Amino acid sequence: MRPVLRVEGLSVAFDHPLGLVRAVDDVSFALRPRERFGLAGESGSGKSTMALSILRMIKPPGRIDGGKVWLEDTQLSELSIEAMRQLRLQGLAMVPQGAMNSLNPVLRIGDQINDAFVDHGVALSKDAARARIDELLRTVGLKPEVARLYPHELSGGMKQRACIAIAICLNPKVIIADEPTSALDVVVQLQVMQTLARVQESLGAAIILVGHDMGLMAQFVDRLGVMYAGRLVEVAPIADIITRPRHPYTKALISSLPSLEKKAPMTGIPGLAPLLRDLPPGCAFHPRCTAAVARCRAEKPLVRAMGEDTTVACHLVDDPA
Amino acid sequence: MSALIQADAVSKRFAASGFTGEGTLALDTITLAIDPARPSITAVVGESGSGKTTLARILLGLIAPTSGKVLYQGEDLQTLPSARRQQFRRDVQAVFQDPYEVYNPFYRVDHVLTTPVRNFKLAASKAEGRHLIEESLRAVGLRPEEILGRYPHQLSGGQRQRIMVARALLMRPKLIVADEPVSMVDASLRATILGSLRKLNEEMGISIIYITHDLATAYQVSDSILVMYRAAVVEAGDVERVVRHPQHPYTQKLIASIPQVDTERGWLGGGEESGLGVNVGGCRFAPRCPFAEAACARAVPPLLRTETARAVACIRHAGPPLEDLAGVLAPAAMA
Repeated sequence: MRPVLRVEGLSVAFDHPLGLVRAVDDVSFALRPRERFGLAGESGSGKSTMALSILRMIKPPGRIDGGKVWLEDTQLSELSIEAMRQLRLQGLAMVPQGAMNSLNPVLRIGDQINDAFVDHGVALSKDAARARIDELLRTVGLKPEVARLYPHELSGGMKQRACIAIAICLNPKVIIADEPTSALDVVVQLQVMQTLARVQESLGAAIILVGHDMGLMAQFVDRLGVMYAGRLVEVAPIADIITRPRHPYTKALISSLPSLEKKAPMTGIPGLAPLLRDLPPGCAFHPRCTAAVARCRAEKPLVRAMGEDTTVACHLVDDPA
Repeated sequence: MSALIQADAVSKRFAASGFTGEGTLALDTITLAIDPARPSITAVVGESGSGKTTLARILLGLIAPTSGKVLYQGEDLQTLPSARRQQFRRDVQAVFQDPYEVYNPFYRVDHVLTTPVRNFKLAASKAEGRHLIEESLRAVGLRPEEILGRYPHQLSGGQRQRIMVARALLMRPKLIVADEPVSMVDASLRATILGSLRKLNEEMGISIIYITHDLATAYQVSDSILVMYRAAVVEAGDVERVVRHPQHPYTQKLIASIPQVDTERGWLGGGEESGLGVNVGGCRFAPRCPFAEAACARAVPPLLRTETARAVACIRHAGPPLEDLAGVLAPAAMA
């Protein structure tokens, strides 16, 4: 099937007084229509920067310094600033990290949704706009009365749903959700993710879920990409990656998650994520990798295809037979 | 011998803004004791607004209960003479949620470690103080040479949080109250910090109250657990029993809401809200409870001891009433 979003060799760099910081390093993947794709990794692994760079929302001193992104047939880097602005919400929409703080505190929820219509030149009569806002709020499980409320009158879960309503108001083809539930309780998290799944299905949109909770990834996404130090080190279908993780970092990430099934000694990933401006030579993970060999310290592993839908960047993984 | 800390029917009501209204009941009649002779890790789990942080702050003496008493070795914490208060401040230590907020960015991190050494006269000489600090840092898995002399911004959240644990440790406390110590650090570092708490408990005999919204980490580190919902304890007891076989519908819901790393993907399909809908008085969970019936609205269900090491506040379970939670908290109940 033709991908809805294609990312090829995307790189993002930040100029820093102490040298160039490569936050996203030559990342490629493709998203199928209706697919749920996860991007996982620790803080500083580049997953949020990756999400923002797809939307061309990297601010100086950061810049996209390589690679291409296609939304269907449109190559995003060729668009004018204005055309790209119009494409956001209509083609690609984002549910931002800490969406609770991204709403305008002095505007009613309904007005904030209406802003999107006005800004994108959607001509709607007052009544039609109101009806559409009512419908959007219902879609995300909120009462139409919420349109007249201010953000401070809503709970965290309600604010997050309001943000989803804004993200879907122009029927985007791809929704990028950056840790949409990191500030919520587990019970509310489940409700918000159910809402997100429902609206995604009804729109027929694809979704990129950015986060570090492997449990959430295991339950929500179809395919998972694991990022480390700006690189996509492993991509595989979700059932595959949690039962047979190939990259040692993926293994560590999965085993660091506390289980409810059995008590085990708590094992974290030893060491710290590397500084992006001062990456170790070879594989960036080798100082923390328990399986590292001499080659890992000298040679940067290439991203290799391991059959359909699966790629990995690790010297220790054998080529498929 | 009296307990280190004894909360005796403690309630806390926060005043409403303005002059009207009853205010918010943040904590409803909780009785529990921490026995220093049997050091254990007790997790307090609940959603935002369940009262778990209020409980922590009351046990730390940071806020006064509206009714009931907190006793420190048998004496009321609110009227403790200053010398005894100083002792309390050594015996009971806090680790807070935000490893960014607790540091003054203009001081080196040494400051948070040297201040207690000076104020509590923990060391006779500078060299001894330094030795003490290095020892504490090593106990939480940090290398002093990588930490001392640095500024907060040069350290990761996980390192900063472990320095806070090391600071608590300097005082040789009997109890550490850790309020969401890992909610702001990366999943991969959580294990390391919780592991150092576990180690302090096992090797140094320090009791720990671990306040969290994360049931999975609570299960991993603690011996016993209190599940709170809207100001009250709804289920308490041995963590293995409570998590493996939850009896209260809220605990069941909480466990079902946790996404597991599992190829069986039932999570998204679960957890529909049902119940009586509106708040009807009586059981606070009834509005959301799938098993709610008319009787639930009659009165707030009391905690009943359903097993040796467990109590539940739900009319669907039977047992003798339990007032002091210490009765079901490990290891006293398991002994």
